[in-house]
Amino acid sequence: MKFAIQINEGPYQHQASDSAYFFTKAALEKGHEVFRVFFYHDGVDNASRLTTPPQDDRNVVERWAALAEQYELDMVVCVAAAQRRGMVDEGEAKRNGKDATNIHPRFRISGLGQLVEAAIQADRLVVFGD
Amino acid sequence: MSATVKKFLYLNRKAPYGTIYAWESLEVVLIGAAFDQDVSLAFVDDGVYQLTKGQETAGIGMKNFSPTYAALGDYEVTKIFVEQESLQERGLSLDDLQHLVWEDEDEDYAEKDSIALVSRAEMAALMDESDVVFSF
Amino acid sequence: MSKLHTVNKSPFEKSSLESCLAHASDGAAVLLFEDGIYGGLRGTAAAETVERALASVKVYVLGEDLKARGFGEDRLLNGISVVDYGGFVDLAAQADAVQAWL
Repeated sequence: MKFAIQINEGPYQHQASDSAYFFTKAALEKGHEVFRVFFYHDGVDNASRLTTPPQDDRNVVERWAALAEQYELDMVVCVAAAQRRGMVDEGEAKRNGKDATNIHPRFRISGLGQLVEAAIQADRLVVFGD
Repeated sequence: MSATVKKFLYLNRKAPYGTIYAWESLEVVLIGAAFDQDVSLAFVDDGVYQLTKGQETAGIGMKNFSPTYAALGDYEVTKIFVEQESLQERGLSLDDLQHLVWEDEDEDYAEKDSIALVSRAEMAALMDESDVVFSF
Repeated sequence: MSKLHTVNKSPFEKSSLESCLAHASDGAAVLLFEDGIYGGLRGTAAAETVERALASVKVYVLGEDLKARGFGEDRLLNGISVVDYGGFVDLAAQADAVQAWL
């Protein structure tokens, strides 16, 4: 079965990203396909490569990146939500005259259409948020 | 685009301005309108507050996005379901909400109401019939 | 069509569980996870609502969230089943669609 995952909250304020991670991992381990993980609202903050949690805490960003590496997951950050919250990749930095980027290389920034397309293509959309 | 047509339900249960969910939900609806799916919007619980008329946001320094709901008809988003019980619980009636309409091309651009007031049971049936539920 | 409804809020903080149960059709599945698990416990002010719902819907609790919050399965209302994340995936796959009550 083909799943699409939507994450509405950032990495540490809410459990949403953790729950989504364990759901996604379990789905992949069961042999399901995960068509796309889409980060929306404050969920875009899950893509910050500058995240530095204390050593005894989980690193939510790196954990997603590792799962994406292992399963070639498509992890998409909404561009409109990202711009509002200061999440920037090289293209966006150039377009908007920003002097830095902070997107982890395993994530990509794209439009909301990617969420809608995922909902069409996947058999199930599962939303995690608050 | 895609040949599949799915029944999309956008489930709105949160009030506007206190959090960004209502506005960013509307952004998905606007983008999603281009994908030619069978789209319905549901306003349940505090979501009904999104549609109140007379919103004036200058004093809180935020963009007033309530006029966007009136533009949904132009995006061919014409099925807006408001739950009667949710309104009642909040001391509201349909008169407190914007009058949303769309123009029916097939009937010489006759103006038709976009909002349908439904009971909780009808809302539950609508939820059951949908293929995809977007929650914000 | 039968749905999987997910609730991640404590019933004492938000109305998500109450609203979910008021809209869930006969035969639907309801998964309580994150702070939603508190709605599955015995002896609470929400218990009566959930017990009534158990007559027409299946209610599940995510075991990992229950355990994390210091409760054992023995504290759950009769009729509630415990699943792990894999079980959550199975429920999502078996349902026609998943509806989150955020």
